[in-house]
Amino acid sequence: MKIIVAIKQVPERDAQVRIDSSAKWIDESGLQWALNESDAYALEEALQQKEKNGGEVIVLTAGPERVGPTIREALAKGADRAIHIDCNDLASRDALGVARLLAAAAKQESPDLILTGLQSEDLGLGQTGVIVAELLGLPHATLILQVEKTETGIKVKRELEEGWFQSVELSTPAVLTIQSGGNKLRYATLMGIKKAKTKDVRRVTAAELAVDSTPVVVLERIALPQKQKTTQMLPGTPKEAAAALVEKLKFEARVL
Amino acid sequence: MSGIFVVLQERDGRVSRASWEAIAAGQLLGSQLNQPVTAVVLGAATEALATEAAAKAIAQVVRVDHPLLAQYTADGFITALAQLIQSQSPAAMVLPHTYQVRDYAPALAARLGQVLISDVVAIGDGPTFTRQLLQGRLTGAYRPTGSGPCFISVQAGAFRADAVQAGAAEVTTFTPTIDTAQIRTQPGEPFRGAAQTVDLGSAQLIVAVGRGIKDADNLPLVQELATALGAEIAASRPICDNGWLPMERQVGSSGQTVSPKLYLAVGISGAIQHLVGMKGSQCIVAINKDPDAPIFEVADYGIAGDLFEVIPALTEAVKAAKQ
Repeated sequence: MKIIVAIKQVPERDAQVRIDSSAKWIDESGLQWALNESDAYALEEALQQKEKNGGEVIVLTAGPERVGPTIREALAKGADRAIHIDCNDLASRDALGVARLLAAAAKQESPDLILTGLQSEDLGLGQTGVIVAELLGLPHATLILQVEKTETGIKVKRELEEGWFQSVELSTPAVLTIQSGGNKLRYATLMGIKKAKTKDVRRVTAAELAVDSTPVVVLERIALPQKQKTTQMLPGTPKEAAAALVEKLKFEARVL
Repeated sequence: MSGIFVVLQERDGRVSRASWEAIAAGQLLGSQLNQPVTAVVLGAATEALATEAAAKAIAQVVRVDHPLLAQYTADGFITALAQLIQSQSPAAMVLPHTYQVRDYAPALAARLGQVLISDVVAIGDGPTFTRQLLQGRLTGAYRPTGSGPCFISVQAGAFRADAVQAGAAEVTTFTPTIDTAQIRTQPGEPFRGAAQTVDLGSAQLIVAVGRGIKDADNLPLVQELATALGAEIAASRPICDNGWLPMERQVGSSGQTVSPKLYLAVGISGAIQHLVGMKGSQCIVAINKDPDAPIFEVADYGIAGDLFEVIPALTEAVKAAKQ
């Protein structure tokens, strides 16, 4: 199977984020970046499929220069090659605009499967994979934990709410969005890191893909969230804070 | 274009709570745009759901009925709803942000050249739609600028289901044209995972652990606190994904929903997928090294500190208080 994995570079989970002066996005200077977690699970599933059924794993990402190390990380884990859609204006494109870029690049490869994480940790839209499927006219399934190749296509285990699951069969080519936890994530080996340096990363500019970038939804401003409750923060040393908390729980909240 | 169309979802044969919340959001949007609210039910036998929805103060209920909608498929729902939208040109589509909606609504919007504004928590003037960014650390205000209907899905618990008043709505039926060949996926019957042996839903005290614990070897620290309190232990998704605790101990949108007297969150940042499973708790305590973590937004008491120092101290304090 020829599998494309669409991945995204996102701010590292513990990174301190600041709103930039435009109040439309965060200040990216000095930020640490990482591979989006559910995309890492999508990559893992693709690599396991290749190990079972043979084929090729191609990572696909859109972003500026800084996504380079994230691409190398995916290659070091075992992806065969990469496509980097070079663009500096991701933030001004809406979900449809970004999906159009990914779909246009993926189409040139005619893959059997396109995998992506179910949602990004920064925007959290949870839509890209589903829109890519629609744009390419392919069937899709979301929140997938397991993928099994069948005679005619694939059978997947889909997560439903509150501990329920469902099997879904679909023909290929298809698009799947992968939920975290279906597999154990691998680390890149030293050998993998060495090999990654010589693997092919094809660059294509957003302009070359010639897709419509006019947004129909605009992120106007960002802000700090409003508190839903007044939180009593308990200061002091760990011992003092712990003692204060027990007092509060016993005599104020009366839950102990 | 006119009317706010709210797509309802069924749960155990009834209109789901999330759907009533979506109607409440639709009514809020409708009052701002001066538009009537229509509820939409889809399926192969929608009469009961339509009757239930029609007893509310909305303008109309549309039954989208077709044998091929008996079981949910993205292809079936998208085909049917796209036809409904093209025939009735609503100004806005409002949906509950459920797993099912996440599966089809982005593609439905894209088919009509639109973009779904997903997981909306508030509706402001304009209208603008607020949603969370960066796992709840920030919020963003979105504005639709396209010419077609706007699509929004609303987060569970963000709008009040009980805001929907009783009334009497007219029921109409819309019959879409769907061909078997258009349905490209074969869904199986839903099944449960491993047998549920822990009922966190009935626990009075819960100590929940998250990514901050760093390693499975550190879990006994939290276990000791739970034992001292006489509490059940629970976890956020990453802990179960790593196999450090069984999946049945997971609290959140993909796990259990709990509302104990005391919910003590240790090293949990408070992504929305977790918060929806526990924010109904009577008293919430958060212990996290990051004072800006979203978990503190729902907490009654907070300690910003290193859990590896705070938890042992707390275990001792609990033991001392119980003597």
